[in-house]
Amino acid sequence: MNNKILELQQIKREFVMGTETVRALKGVSFDVHAGEFVTIMGSSGSGKTTLLNLLGCLDKPTAGNYLLDGVDVGNLSRNELARLRNRKIGFVFQAYNLLPRTSALENVELPLFYNPSLTASERKDKAVKALEAVKLADRLDHTPSQLSGGQQQRVAIARALVNQPVMILADEATGNLDTRTSYEIMSLMQDLNKEGKTIVFVTHEPDIAAFSSRTVMLRDGKVVKDTVNENVRSAREALESLPPADDY
Amino acid sequence: MSAINLIRIAFRALQRNKLRAFLTMLGIIIGVAAVIAMVAIGEGSKESIQSQLSAMGSNMITILPSSNVSGGVRIEGASFQTLTIVDVKAIQRNAEHVSAVSPVSSTKGQAIYGALNWPTSLQGVAPSYFDIRKLEIADGVSFTDADVATAAKVCVLGQTVINNLFPSGESPVGKVIRLNAIPLQVIGTLVPKGQSSFGQDQDDIILTPYTTVQKRILATIYFQSIYASAVSEGASAQATDEITEILRETHRLRPTDENNFQVRTMEELIKTLSSTSSLLTVLLTAIAGISLVIGGIGIMNIMYVSVTERTREIGLRMSIGARGVDILLQFLVEAIIISVTGGIIGVVLGVTAAKVITLALGWPTIVSESSIVLSFMVCALTGVFFGYYPAQAASRLDPIEALRYE
Repeated sequence: MNNKILELQQIKREFVMGTETVRALKGVSFDVHAGEFVTIMGSSGSGKTTLLNLLGCLDKPTAGNYLLDGVDVGNLSRNELARLRNRKIGFVFQAYNLLPRTSALENVELPLFYNPSLTASERKDKAVKALEAVKLADRLDHTPSQLSGGQQQRVAIARALVNQPVMILADEATGNLDTRTSYEIMSLMQDLNKEGKTIVFVTHEPDIAAFSSRTVMLRDGKVVKDTVNENVRSAREALESLPPADDY
Repeated sequence: MSAINLIRIAFRALQRNKLRAFLTMLGIIIGVAAVIAMVAIGEGSKESIQSQLSAMGSNMITILPSSNVSGGVRIEGASFQTLTIVDVKAIQRNAEHVSAVSPVSSTKGQAIYGALNWPTSLQGVAPSYFDIRKLEIADGVSFTDADVATAAKVCVLGQTVINNLFPSGESPVGKVIRLNAIPLQVIGTLVPKGQSSFGQDQDDIILTPYTTVQKRILATIYFQSIYASAVSEGASAQATDEITEILRETHRLRPTDENNFQVRTMEELIKTLSSTSSLLTVLLTAIAGISLVIGGIGIMNIMYVSVTERTREIGLRMSIGARGVDILLQFLVEAIIISVTGGIIGVVLGVTAAKVITLALGWPTIVSESSIVLSFMVCALTGVFFGYYPAQAASRLDPIEALRYE
């Protein structure tokens, strides 16, 4: 596995707040290879969010190099970053961020609208396939308000998958969900990972990190631990081991 | 992003908020409809004032003999005899912008019927005089060209004369009155016209063929004046020029000679009245224009609220690959869709409103094409103008901030 999707070399990010300079990242270096399932862990204030924004090409480092799929992000303009996000990254957010009063299908189609090379029928085919991949083929016309939290997050994952990105970037994607649904989402993530998708999953729950193949621990703007998880827990087995849902 | 995608995205965004989109549109709809309806009312009233003016004889042209120099002494125009039937015939034949012409030969006299008498003015005219002065027959008939040819002893009475000679209310038609010593048979009566704008009683009049006055009373071949009407108010000036040219020729004036006649029109009166109604149109249009601008501000307001409310959506769109310009265009197209759709509905509504006003209130309205085109253009521009700033504000959002926006 020497196909590097992400390369971070001494990444620094500083924010100027009035007269003070806040150093959120103080030189972070690590690589992510194709097919890895990496969780990035850290408590509040560890620089986790700043790192996520950098990985997602929403922000640029103050110093250091970040290469996404071989492209140096630091040299790109705002518009080029937007294009990179559209073609190479699939975002999954904690709060799903689906468009309200819009069907699941249209929500999933959204990233493809910003890709002018696709026709309307191609767009629809891809969106339907992505929804099939997250087992929501029977919910195409449902609006977010007609879907459960877990289903909404699966729509969001389908949206992240639809443009076939090199990496799925999840930000606390299980943060708003109960344990059972979290395990369902992680099970889906593991399935996607088995199919070859590279996943970077930001979380503060060690429980969730256990499902990944590698964990990068941040503290105070630095990588303090980077461990390969020898004993990856299967989310499906975890789900089965849960007591049956209580019916009140 | 392609234009079709852009329009599709904007439409979907508007569909998600149908009521709000409609309410925003309402400002534009009312603005455009108001402009069109108001201009239609203004134009309609202008037209009706003008047609009322025509009814008063605003296209009337008066030809009078002019004062002229005779041996160094200026002689009073009215006593100067220059206008004859030759002039009338020449104008009738040659002036293209003149629709009717009539000579006037008048005299004063005592009208007598039975034991009653009344001093009045006797006007000898041609039948076309009724058209020129917009005189209408109330009872009986008017005299004809045949009566003119035979210098028939017939007359048409004005209301004031009737009141004084026939106070009991009996119909004067068919009766024979005397003017000075001449018996005249009454063949018709005039619809009362009331006072003229100069305070003259226009009903204190007896009309008779001009030949009757010329041959039986005055024994002259000259006229005091000639009345003509131009084909329209606008043609008054051309008609005046034509008449002047024709009369100079019939009077055999050399280029160096002064005119021995004068031609007068009602142009000043027309100008005053039509400028009043133009002012009305401008006023109404200005009021309606203000409502259109307010509609535009409504769009701007809603677009700003919409940008704030949809900050997370903007953040999401940016995170999945929308460029600033994509966001800018999306919001701009939304604003334009609102204003153009509102404009179309407004045009339909405005035209309908104008028709309803005419039907319900009987006000004359004229929907002018220019008002439709202009108000539609203005509202499309309003959409671009008032939609641009909120759209620009949206496009400049930082995706990180926008995604975190609560």
